[in-house]
Amino acid sequence: MERIPILKMGRALLITIQVDMHDQMAIALEEDLTTRIAQTGAKGVLIDISSLEIVDSFIGRMLDNIAAVSRVLDAETVVVGMRPAVAITLVELGLTLQGVKTALNVERGFELISRRLAEIETVVVEIGAEDERSGD
Amino acid sequence: MAQADIGQTIAKRRAEILKDWGHQLRDGGALSSGRLKEAELDTQVREFLDLFVQAVSTNEADTARKALRQNVAEVSRARAIQGFTPTETATFIFSLKQPLFDALTQEFGKDSAALIQGLLAVTEILDGLGLHSMETFQKSREEVIIRQQKEIAELSTPVVKLWDGILALPLIGTLDSERTQVVMENLLQSIVEHGADYAIIDITGVPTVDTLVAQHLLKTVAAARLMGADCIISGIRPQIAQTMVHLGVELNVVSKANLADALGAALRATGRTVATIKSASGGSALSKA
Amino acid sequence: MNAPVTDTMPIQSSDDIVRVRQEVRRRAAAAGLGIVDQTKFVTAASEIARNTLDYGGGGIVRLEAVQDGARKGLRLIFEDHGPGIASIDLALTDGYTTGGGLGLGLSGSRRLCNEFAIESKPGEGTRVTIARWK
Repeated sequence: MERIPILKMGRALLITIQVDMHDQMAIALEEDLTTRIAQTGAKGVLIDISSLEIVDSFIGRMLDNIAAVSRVLDAETVVVGMRPAVAITLVELGLTLQGVKTALNVERGFELISRRLAEIETVVVEIGAEDERSGD
Repeated sequence: MAQADIGQTIAKRRAEILKDWGHQLRDGGALSSGRLKEAELDTQVREFLDLFVQAVSTNEADTARKALRQNVAEVSRARAIQGFTPTETATFIFSLKQPLFDALTQEFGKDSAALIQGLLAVTEILDGLGLHSMETFQKSREEVIIRQQKEIAELSTPVVKLWDGILALPLIGTLDSERTQVVMENLLQSIVEHGADYAIIDITGVPTVDTLVAQHLLKTVAAARLMGADCIISGIRPQIAQTMVHLGVELNVVSKANLADALGAALRATGRTVATIKSASGGSALSKA
Repeated sequence: MNAPVTDTMPIQSSDDIVRVRQEVRRRAAAAGLGIVDQTKFVTAASEIARNTLDYGGGGIVRLEAVQDGARKGLRLIFEDHGPGIASIDLALTDGYTTGGGLGLGLSGSRRLCNEFAIESKPGEGTRVTIARWK
């Protein structure tokens, strides 16, 4: 079956959805992504949906699920590039994807994730400094 | 009497009919508004009469009649766009009746059967053309109205860039549900085009907001968030705030008192600030600190 | 009103849903619907088609180009011979689901269409008619 490729970029994963997905493809993506987050220890997941002409409640639920599972695995999901018509339709449908972060494009999405990575790294350095002191 | 006889009669008395018709039109005020020049009217009158003669006399009456209807349509469309009233437009056709009746009476005065036949034939054709004229007029006016509505809709939805990544949509006038929808689609499209992080919807110029419009505003804010942009609503009038609370519409979004405050908030949120430059004593405010 | 042009498409797999979406998109554009209206209608079609597949055990959709004076539009009629809907009112409530979904399929799609009608007889099947006008 056709699968959606997942690219690793630094500590983030990038998924570009370019085809009109049928439901099994969406389910497969959810599974593949969960596995990849665990394997790579990725801290961020970018899902680029700028090519998608529609997002119905099934795909909406997939995005929600991915965000929830990623959060449990300590990765942040950012959905990027949603088209205006798609956004208006989702709101009308009653789906607001409350648990999902959004950004205008991949670049902005990366900025969001980089900011989070910077926070995580700061914490690591502080802990390292403390270890040094206790070692003295 | 055959139609060809009518044609011949008109052709024979062309000059006289044209003169009479011209008088009728002028008396009817065709030129008084100044929208139409005398030379233009003369051309229209002559073209129409010649086509009319062809339509009643040639073998290829169908083609000629089509050309005649086409001519009537063009004249009526032009008048609709120039702002003529329906009566003024219809008068162009109907004022030809009298001159034609006069011509036929003079030609067939003694043969009353032929005269009646001729009058009926002429009336039928002219009435048909009159209706066609009205229809074209009406259609053209509708086209004008639709075009103007579009122009107004475009004029009334200017999305302006206030700063890099900060857009503003100053709304003015009453918002009905349809206009709100157009405005909102425009805003969301502009967010994409400008790559804007913040969109300020300023409703200072909006006198009232009903439940439906309030819901549209909220939906727009939600849609913008899905796209990755934040909205700030500014300039909510006290009455509108009250109405919304009474209607039970909870404006669960960031709102600021005015556009300036909203811009300030958006600048701060994007890591910028507006500062007053303290000029050195005597220094010009425009010189660089 | 002119006689409608009707075509039928099967809904037996999730691939069929994708095909229905694409065909509805094409026809909505041909009917002159704007991009937002197209998107709303295609999304509604996708929701209903999935219901037809998941709850009705598959079925068909009939696509009709409709015209009323100057207004053009598109009407879709989804039919299945599944178990039917016991309570249509309940099925149209936001958040109500029997299939573990979000419960927005039917209630949400109603907001995306100009016309929306459900006929259902328990044990015999369900017919959902939706339309969007320019």
